Amino acid sequence: MSIVLERLRERFPAEVVSTHSDFGDDTALVRRERIVEILAFLRDDPELRFDFAMDLTGVDYLGEEPRFEVVYHLYSLEKKRRVRIKARLPEDDPVIDTAVPVWPGIDWYEREAWDMYGIVFRGHPNLKRILMYEAFEGHPLRKDYPKAKRQPTIGPEE
Amino acid sequence: MAVRHEKDGAPGYALTTLESLIAWGRKYSLYPFTFATACCGIEVMGAFGTHYDLSRFGAEVVRFSPRQADVLLVAGTINYKMAPVLKRIYDQMLEPKWVISMGACACSGGFYNNYTVLQGIDKIVPVDVYIPGCPPNPEGIIDAVVRIQKIIETGAPRAAERWPLK
Amino acid sequence: MAEPVEITANVGTPDLQAEPMLINIGPSHPATHATLRFRATLDGETILDLVPEFGYLHRGFEKESEAATWTQVVPYTDRLNYVSPLMNNVGYAMAVEKLCGIEITERCKYVRVIISELSRIIDHMVCVGTNMVDLGALTNFWYFWKPREEVYFLIEELCGQRLTTSYTRIGGAMADLPEGWTDRVLAVCRGVIPECIADVNALLTKNRIFIERTMGVGPISAKDAVSLGFTGPCLRAAGVPLDLRKDEPYLVYDRFDFDVCIGEAGDTCDRYLVRMEEMRQSLRIIEQAVAQLPGGPINIDDPRFILPGKPQVYENIEALMNHFKFIMEGVKVPAGEVYSATEAANGELGFYIVSRGGGGPYKIKVRPPCFPLFQGIPHLVKGQMIADLIATLGSVNIIAGELDR
Repeated sequence: MSIVLERLRERFPAEVVSTHSDFGDDTALVRRERIVEILAFLRDDPELRFDFAMDLTGVDYLGEEPRFEVVYHLYSLEKKRRVRIKARLPEDDPVIDTAVPVWPGIDWYEREAWDMYGIVFRGHPNLKRILMYEAFEGHPLRKDYPKAKRQPTIGPEE
Repeated sequence: MAVRHEKDGAPGYALTTLESLIAWGRKYSLYPFTFATACCGIEVMGAFGTHYDLSRFGAEVVRFSPRQADVLLVAGTINYKMAPVLKRIYDQMLEPKWVISMGACACSGGFYNNYTVLQGIDKIVPVDVYIPGCPPNPEGIIDAVVRIQKIIETGAPRAAERWPLK
Repeated sequence: MAEPVEITANVGTPDLQAEPMLINIGPSHPATHATLRFRATLDGETILDLVPEFGYLHRGFEKESEAATWTQVVPYTDRLNYVSPLMNNVGYAMAVEKLCGIEITERCKYVRVIISELSRIIDHMVCVGTNMVDLGALTNFWYFWKPREEVYFLIEELCGQRLTTSYTRIGGAMADLPEGWTDRVLAVCRGVIPECIADVNALLTKNRIFIERTMGVGPISAKDAVSLGFTGPCLRAAGVPLDLRKDEPYLVYDRFDFDVCIGEAGDTCDRYLVRMEEMRQSLRIIEQAVAQLPGGPINIDDPRFILPGKPQVYENIEALMNHFKFIMEGVKVPAGEVYSATEAANGELGFYIVSRGGGGPYKIKVRPPCFPLFQGIPHLVKGQMIADLIATLGSVNIIAGELDR
């Protein structure tokens, strides 16, 4: 097992649900409760030093419970390593703590996950829609949102 | 004063000399407003570049203010967020104005058939010339400008006069 | 006769009320390269606060890719960063090949390097050209468009299209290189491109006006750039030597000898210099790649991923059925998730792909390099003037197709 996953398991034995390194990517599925601590540990630990938050996204596993998953991709400039951290969120309570205190650059990624999936980031400074227009209803990347749904437009009659 | 006539089977309007003179001046000095949002914008830049050179056809002066422009060249995908902006820009332009819809996305939504893309700008603005392609060659843009010049020259009714379609 | 009135000079403005002004820049604005919008709070011309807004080119790449097969996603990837479309094709194909666990042929790797570097050159040309247009130096734009047209001729020969190339496939490419293509590439890379780079260099680099407009404009420290998630030329201009071609070599980049260009202050001038130097380094890589280009097939010999050749399809029933299943149902990719990153012209272009087996993806997330850059724009220009915002925005190279997807 890679050093990242080992250190993570050692430090947060109760939080890490599962790990794998399929296709060469170290991945850890963790519980959402202490996510900020886990991410801060990954950033600050001298063996790991994940100073880049490369990506954050949500995934909608419609039909599975818990339905949503928040996926963080981190990169360490010093150690040249990558890791993927995932946390599952149930459908009726898709809330997770914001990671903005850990990396300020993750701000807009969380807004996008809110916009596209409806995942709420507790404590986010500005959780508003970012890609869709403000009056848009619904969360388009959810699997139950129809792909070709049309939106109201201003037209010649209006 | 326009008189209807047929030429080569296509309907057109014969203009008086003064109007012909004005049409001649107008068609060779079109001021395009390039509403370039996406990939087609790069081909627009190519059309204005030295190889394809749109300025041979008079449409060189690109104006980024709708008050100063003649032709609205919509190049790129328009989505529901951008649509009110496009409509506002179109409304701010002064008559007479023409609209060129460039590329598959502006003509009909392109291959984006989803919740966010407006399926063609002719849902909100009247279009005179459509340029198919994804993206069209800069030669397509030149062709469209020449067609607009034909419309001006023959005095044919602009799309705005047939709008809104009932 | 009235008494003379004593007129005192208006020293300072004690009675004038000054309030910050809120103005809107964009989304239809020449300098925002269309579709970007800022709400600026200004004191005179100085920016107190800046709120960027985008999404005006959101085209639903992810939703469309969920409804498409693996190969049908390739045209959607072209339109992400539409000034260097071949790099997006390469990045996506690499991610799916990582998921499938297949290794492409040597020739294909070299070809992908050549087309990636050509795309990098044309991307940097657009960036510097349009940045200079915003500053009023229109000539560089025309100068750079000439080699771009030459490169477009090469790309058109290669895959039939100038801009939306859709060249790569899973396990290889659409077609092999045309006869004599590499000679023409070398002719362009030794002729037009270095001449134009030298011309623009002569016009700009030691130009007093250019230096005044760009030095010290939009600076960022290395620490801030890292915490904001910057990658690519903007990060390297700040002094951080991160280049995935050297740090996590993919394709055959470890066989080439090239330098990574690092700046100091992270301001607009440094970004410009880094981009110009990167173009020269890309020319070096192309020379070496063409010299080392091996022969052999461009596609792997694996019937699970590659369409059978047309002669077989017409004569052999199995090949016909295979062809049909590929087109209608898509390539069968194993289940799993993968993240694959390449060094695109703007930074790290990442593809996070979730597959549930089957012919199409379950989810594809694109990590666009300009997303964190656009997020960092307020940080770059706070306290500077509107004109500095325009200069910085152009130098950061925001491509809306990639930012909004």
